[in-house]
Amino acid sequence: MRTPTPPSRTAPSGTGSSAGGPRVLGRGLVAAVLLAATAACGASGSPPARGPQPEQLPHYDVAEDFSLPSSPTWKSAHRRGELTVGVKEDQPGMGEKNPATGEYTGFDVEIAKMMAASLGFDPDKQIEYKAIASANRETALQNGQIDYYVGTYTINEGRKKLVGFAGPYYIAGQRLLVRRDEKQLKGPQDMAGRKICSAVGSTPLQRIQADHPRAVAVAYDSYAICVDNLLNHQVDAVTTDDTILLGYAAKDPERLKVVGKAFSEEPYGIGVPRQDRALARALDKALVARERSGDWKRAYDATLGLSGRPAPEPPRVDPALTR
Amino acid sequence: MDVLTENFSLYGEGFWGTVKLTVYSSLLALAVGVLMAGFRVAPVRALRVVGTTWVTVLRNTPLTLLFFAMLLGLPRFGVALPFELFAVLALGCYTSSFICEAVRSGINTVPVGQGEAARSLGMTFGQTLGAVVLPQAFRSVIAPIGSTLIALAKNSAIAGSFSVVELLSTYKTLSENGYSVVWSFVWIAVGYLILTLAISALFHAMERRWGVAR
Repeated sequence: MRTPTPPSRTAPSGTGSSAGGPRVLGRGLVAAVLLAATAACGASGSPPARGPQPEQLPHYDVAEDFSLPSSPTWKSAHRRGELTVGVKEDQPGMGEKNPATGEYTGFDVEIAKMMAASLGFDPDKQIEYKAIASANRETALQNGQIDYYVGTYTINEGRKKLVGFAGPYYIAGQRLLVRRDEKQLKGPQDMAGRKICSAVGSTPLQRIQADHPRAVAVAYDSYAICVDNLLNHQVDAVTTDDTILLGYAAKDPERLKVVGKAFSEEPYGIGVPRQDRALARALDKALVARERSGDWKRAYDATLGLSGRPAPEPPRVDPALTR
Repeated sequence: MDVLTENFSLYGEGFWGTVKLTVYSSLLALAVGVLMAGFRVAPVRALRVVGTTWVTVLRNTPLTLLFFAMLLGLPRFGVALPFELFAVLALGCYTSSFICEAVRSGINTVPVGQGEAARSLGMTFGQTLGAVVLPQAFRSVIAPIGSTLIALAKNSAIAGSFSVVELLSTYKTLSENGYSVVWSFVWIAVGYLILTLAISALFHAMERRWGVAR
């Protein structure tokens, strides 16, 4: 919509606001009415919002008088009065930022919140979220830009050399997201000659390239572009951890579905600065407590569970990670 | 150092991808750029309009947007090409607008008398431009075209986000595999330096051989 022309341009010089004012005011009114009308149309015509609804999310009891002086990360966060938590911003169901409100939702975000509550921080007021892309996670933890990271972060040997891990809090697996009308592509065995999309440099992509050389690998920066390509028949499947795929499927169930058995195992951990074992141990303890109290399952049901898949058993926390 | 030796083939593939992108896009950019420069000085109004529009649109559009338009827009109209071709088209067309302007400014350095003399001999516009004006213009635009092609080599990094194998995106694989980001970047920078210094050297040699001595 075009903005009303400023009075200085429309009004002839000398007559001032007495001539230009009402005309401009009138135009502004028309513009405002039109804007309101289109906004109303958008509200009534848009489909009901899918994904986690803020009012259905569980609340977590904040631990009172919690103290962890042996953890430098906790100490400096306590001094600042808030935690800085790294999350993903483009993964529906796990960690997604609402571009309109700036709020983060998803299972990973819920885990981040319950961990904050267990560390004595108010999850609604004392968390600052930072969206960190996969490739920058280690750097962000090493540089102290974030206190811990919860964002589909698979625990593996290479990363263990760079950062510390608490958890795992969830076991994901690589699967395939296809169009709902797809008949042939049911699992990794059917991928020969088909275009399979994933994120540039990601482990799922490397696995396709190494183990399924007959599949045509396509790589973009984000899964959102892959899904767009899938819907436009540019690629035949999107592959990565099923958590992420289920999030996309839950957003658009008429057009997308997740197929096949998982062909990898991805234990998700909470990334912490490598030297801060005390923080990792505290998070481990908090995870066990939250799983026992039912918070873990409530968080799952309010986020990933919306895709229709019932909550699995939470994985056992691995004490070897914090030794 | 380990990062380089343990991932030599990955770096090699990426480097080779960047070299190919640069070479093909440069050829396209030079061909289209010179053609458009010809259009912009042509006596036919329609051609001038085409040339001006080409430069105005492409020079003022972010390159990333061009990539998105090519890779996400064209398939919606049924145009499905290999990703490498899309990338060469986007990079080549974008850079051609800069080449065009460099060549056009070169054409303006050629004294008017040269063109008038050619015409008085009965040469057509094409002959005047091809045999008299452009060879002289070329000598004064070697340096700016070199700079433009160096920029092209570095701009090719954007293609890595659009399913094209090139040097910069190797860092994503390396970081995923647990290598230090800093050292991955150091070797990537070395790769780009090899390429851009080679271009500089080539254009320096050309300038010494053909450049205008003033």
